Amino acid sequence: MIPLIITLLLPLISSLLILFMNKENVKLIKYFTLISSLITFLISLFLLFNFNNTNPDIQYYINVTWVSSLDAGFRIGLDGMSLLLVMLITFISPIAILSSFDSIKTREKEYYFMILLLQFAMVGVFTALDTFLFYIFWELILIPMYFIIGIWGGKNRLYATVKFFIFTMVGSLFMLVAIIWLGNYVGNEILKTGFTTDYLKIKEVANLIPLNYQNWLFWAFAISFFIKVPLFPLHTWLPDAHTEAPTAGSVILAAILLKMGTYGLIRFNLEFFTSASIANASLISIFAVIGIIYGALVAAIQTDIKKLVAYSSVSHLGFVVLGIFSMTAIGIQGAIIQMVNHGLSTGMLFLLVGIIYERRHTREISEYGGIARIMPVYATFFAIAMFSSVGLPGLNGFVGEYLTLIGAFTSPILNSWGYAIAASTGVIFAAVYLLWMYQRVFFGTVDNPSNLNLKDLSKREWAFLVPIVIFIVWIGLHPSTFTNISENSTRKLVNKIENVKFGITPYPELLKNSNLKTNSNQINNNKIGK
Amino acid sequence: MYNIVWLIPLLPLIGFIFLGLVGKKLKSESLIGTIGSATVGISFLIAFLMFLKMLSTPLEAPVIVNVYKWISAGYFSINIAYQIDQLSILYTMIVTGVGFLIHIYSIGYMHGDRGFFRFFAYLNLFIFMMLNLVLANNFLLTFLGWEGVGLSSYLLIGFWYDRKFQGIRIIWTGHAANKAFIMNRIGDFGFLIAMFMIFVNFGTLEYTELHNILVSNTISYQYSSAIGIITILLFLAATGKSAQIPLAVWLPDAMAGPTPVSALIHAATMVTAGIFLVARNSLLFALAPSTMNVIAVIGISTAFFAATIGTVQNGIKKVLAYSTVSQLGFMFAALGVGAYTAAVFHVMMHAFFKGLLFLGAGSVMHGMHNEEDIKKMGGLQKYMPITYKTFYVASLAIAGIPLFAGFFSKDEIMWQTYNHGSAIAWFVLALSAFMTAFYMFRLVNLVFHKEERFDHKHIHPHESPKTMTIPLIILSVLSALGGFLGIPYILGFWFSHNPNFLDNFLEPVFKDANVVLGFSENHQLGGSEYLFMLISVTIALFSIWTAYKWYYYDDKWSVPRKLVLKFKGIYKLLWNKYFVDEVYFTTIVDPLITSSREGLWKFFDVKIIDGLVNGLASITTFFGNQVRKIQTGFAQTYAIVMLAGAIILISWLFFGL
Repeated sequence: MIPLIITLLLPLISSLLILFMNKENVKLIKYFTLISSLITFLISLFLLFNFNNTNPDIQYYINVTWVSSLDAGFRIGLDGMSLLLVMLITFISPIAILSSFDSIKTREKEYYFMILLLQFAMVGVFTALDTFLFYIFWELILIPMYFIIGIWGGKNRLYATVKFFIFTMVGSLFMLVAIIWLGNYVGNEILKTGFTTDYLKIKEVANLIPLNYQNWLFWAFAISFFIKVPLFPLHTWLPDAHTEAPTAGSVILAAILLKMGTYGLIRFNLEFFTSASIANASLISIFAVIGIIYGALVAAIQTDIKKLVAYSSVSHLGFVVLGIFSMTAIGIQGAIIQMVNHGLSTGMLFLLVGIIYERRHTREISEYGGIARIMPVYATFFAIAMFSSVGLPGLNGFVGEYLTLIGAFTSPILNSWGYAIAASTGVIFAAVYLLWMYQRVFFGTVDNPSNLNLKDLSKREWAFLVPIVIFIVWIGLHPSTFTNISENSTRKLVNKIENVKFGITPYPELLKNSNLKTNSNQINNNKIGK
Repeated sequence: MYNIVWLIPLLPLIGFIFLGLVGKKLKSESLIGTIGSATVGISFLIAFLMFLKMLSTPLEAPVIVNVYKWISAGYFSINIAYQIDQLSILYTMIVTGVGFLIHIYSIGYMHGDRGFFRFFAYLNLFIFMMLNLVLANNFLLTFLGWEGVGLSSYLLIGFWYDRKFQGIRIIWTGHAANKAFIMNRIGDFGFLIAMFMIFVNFGTLEYTELHNILVSNTISYQYSSAIGIITILLFLAATGKSAQIPLAVWLPDAMAGPTPVSALIHAATMVTAGIFLVARNSLLFALAPSTMNVIAVIGISTAFFAATIGTVQNGIKKVLAYSTVSQLGFMFAALGVGAYTAAVFHVMMHAFFKGLLFLGAGSVMHGMHNEEDIKKMGGLQKYMPITYKTFYVASLAIAGIPLFAGFFSKDEIMWQTYNHGSAIAWFVLALSAFMTAFYMFRLVNLVFHKEERFDHKHIHPHESPKTMTIPLIILSVLSALGGFLGIPYILGFWFSHNPNFLDNFLEPVFKDANVVLGFSENHQLGGSEYLFMLISVTIALFSIWTAYKWYYYDDKWSVPRKLVLKFKGIYKLLWNKYFVDEVYFTTIVDPLITSSREGLWKFFDVKIIDGLVNGLASITTFFGNQVRKIQTGFAQTYAIVMLAGAIILISWLFFGL
């Protein structure tokens, strides 16, 4: 429990401490931020080592009453899925910070304050087990992100940051309405104990809500998550935000913020509105598949490397959404590991784009060519990240893509092979857009004289790239280290889904642990549904 | 003994990691070369010992060695597991054996290259991936190897990434590398879907388990549509990797890589992975007769069309590349008629003689400043005698001259095509065989014989160093004698001791498929087989004679020149490889790029979606601006508006207006 509190609060405390530092003392601020985030990472390792994989329920649960009239509480905890994502945050944050050391040259104090505040809010989103608390963290993220893009971004940063803000803000307003309605209905109509925002309480009974109400709630949550993912066709804020954000901003945006959407879909839509999720699974999967292909095709014709990577995110996240709405253990597990994978590989691609941007101040593909000769080590790292993103077996990307696809293929809820087959064409296109770009940037001869004196990677750049590569290979060759963590919580969720849909329990071994109440509730719900 | 099988792929992997990480710091080329070759060599020795053990105590069922659990989620679980049986050990020996020789050769060939360590690292990576492909116990691990060899192929084709290479829309070698990888990915798409379908239909991805399920219920699975689709999809994957119609076009461009790569990956080993995949699932394919027909038709057509292209090309490697495509077509023809052993036999012989031909071509180019155009060679016989002799042996082998390797394997394929296929199939293959012998001896004559057409001022041809010639000699011995592994039964009486060793050796692997296909164990010794043998030998000899007549005894090459003038259209068609690349670009690639750019991005994303959002924003702004005008700041205006409001409100409340 204590490691969880520290993991959550240390970034906040550190960010507040930065406010008391002299803004001239940039070195102190930088290293203080880095060390603070490294300590957070080390402490979060305790969460990993003390986690009980066999237990599918929430662990490290903390419940402190907060606003008693709303039954809102400071309720946090972790299950397998959120643990993996929290680890991703604590792992990526020091890397993002280290990557900013040379690229951020103005208003450093504010910058590192914002980054640490962002880290706090991100951990909050993935640990909150209270709808009210979740909403606060969800909205809190917008503030530092808005400033990070708006102050330290590129030329078009204001347009991008406003677009980012408005898109996500619109989405979250729907969610706020749904949270209030849900708290009222569950608290006053079902439980009759008064308004509540207690996640665990709501989860137990939320599926008792009649399907026509459930549908509204489902979409109110889903829209805000889809914007964040982003799911086609709500994706157009992403390329702008990515392109204009500073490197660390893009890395965090890709690695973590997009996962808030997919995490939310599992955590709230699937867990709360199981019946509505089942009813809408096919429709959403269609959009996911379109996104996979669409993102890849549009990525292929980009002339800006960063925009290309941004569009590739649309494609990759399509796989995640498809896996989630396959509603099978294989698919959801695939989606979870794909969230981590995308964080690593796309995060790394953004870092690499940032590295060359720092040297040349352009991201136009046509400005490059023959870089492999000038920066061979850089080219090698880029190739690793690229093939991870392409989904080459043996590297991480493949595991996630493969599991989501096989989940979609075998899904009794989607009940059609079409989704997986159409989505698999994304595998071909992924090779097209990335290899084509790689060819133009790295191969050939150096024709542009301004590229002749580019320096290969510095020690600092080595330091933040190597850890990512280790995990790219590790997940590729031995994914069960990571998938085992979330396996049982996923299975429990799938038990619930299949129980609602078919009245069967595919993984009965978990019933011993979980409380039987869930079961009887679902049976009741089936009756209500009829 | 068998349980150390994981060492076989592990050693090249260690070589790859070691050379990749510290290779740059190792200054000595011979050290790098030795490490790179030794890992493969030791792997070969281990495989060879296993082979010997298999000979002394025959293996009835495959041995499975589990290494660890790879991917698992929900009901899905797959191991890193290796399968040792006659097929996998044979392939392992080909890969590591020929691979070892080519590693040695590369020490000489790549001498002085700035990427020397990188080259050996990639070669080792390739061997590792290829071994996973052939030793895997399940589809997914094979797929790892399958994509992995694609990766190594990509890295090695684009090895000299700053050199130009000519092709349709190809300027740099990197373009050729991309093309290879992407074409292969199209095939891999089929592999992926096939794996999903196998998992859904049989609940497993393990070869042995799938085999057992099929064996226990062959009747009900025969003609099942699921198996038909699965096998077609797997074959799609095979056409990608093994460069068959419709995905054949990448292989000739893959010649952009250094020549040892062409020899190892694009001739001897990787491109035969498609044949391996079909052979590994012999029973599955045997249960899908319609797929078998498709395979036979594709194989035979590829054999024919590629051979026709080969007869007019002038690049030494290009001719060999089309020859490879054509020979792979022969192998698929064999698979299509159910002659699995013949296909595997030809894979092995082809690895010897085609590997040798490419290495010979490399040796020629090495001595000729990388000249590839055979019109600018000639008379090299006296400058490079070892290369000449070995190349000649390989040419005899591929032409199908009796007692050389290709004779036995190709003859077996043609005979089986007639026996289990049709006379037309045999005839087309015979035509292809004729062209094969012709273009090979056209090559021999133009490169090694007669007049020296190269520029003596700049080019001083010389024999290659020993590291290169010794592998040539070893491979030429294998090309000459390798065929005795598979002596046809009708010639068995000469070698009564052990007729057709390979057929007997591979029998446990293919026996269930043969039962389904209705092939009896007793090999009929019919007189017609003699006749066919005689015909194919005649064809080969006549073809070689033609090549000599046209290019050796006629200094002006007047016959071919006349033919080119007379059949301009056909010549143009062949010279441009039937314009397949052009058709692909104009019908698929270009429309896709244009519609993505203009339709999806610039129209849908920018105009529709962003337009909608920006439109909403400007509507908001517009109304905001209008409403703002009301706030004039004059107290009088406010008072009048208030008054008007009060009147309206009162009249509504009291009079219900």
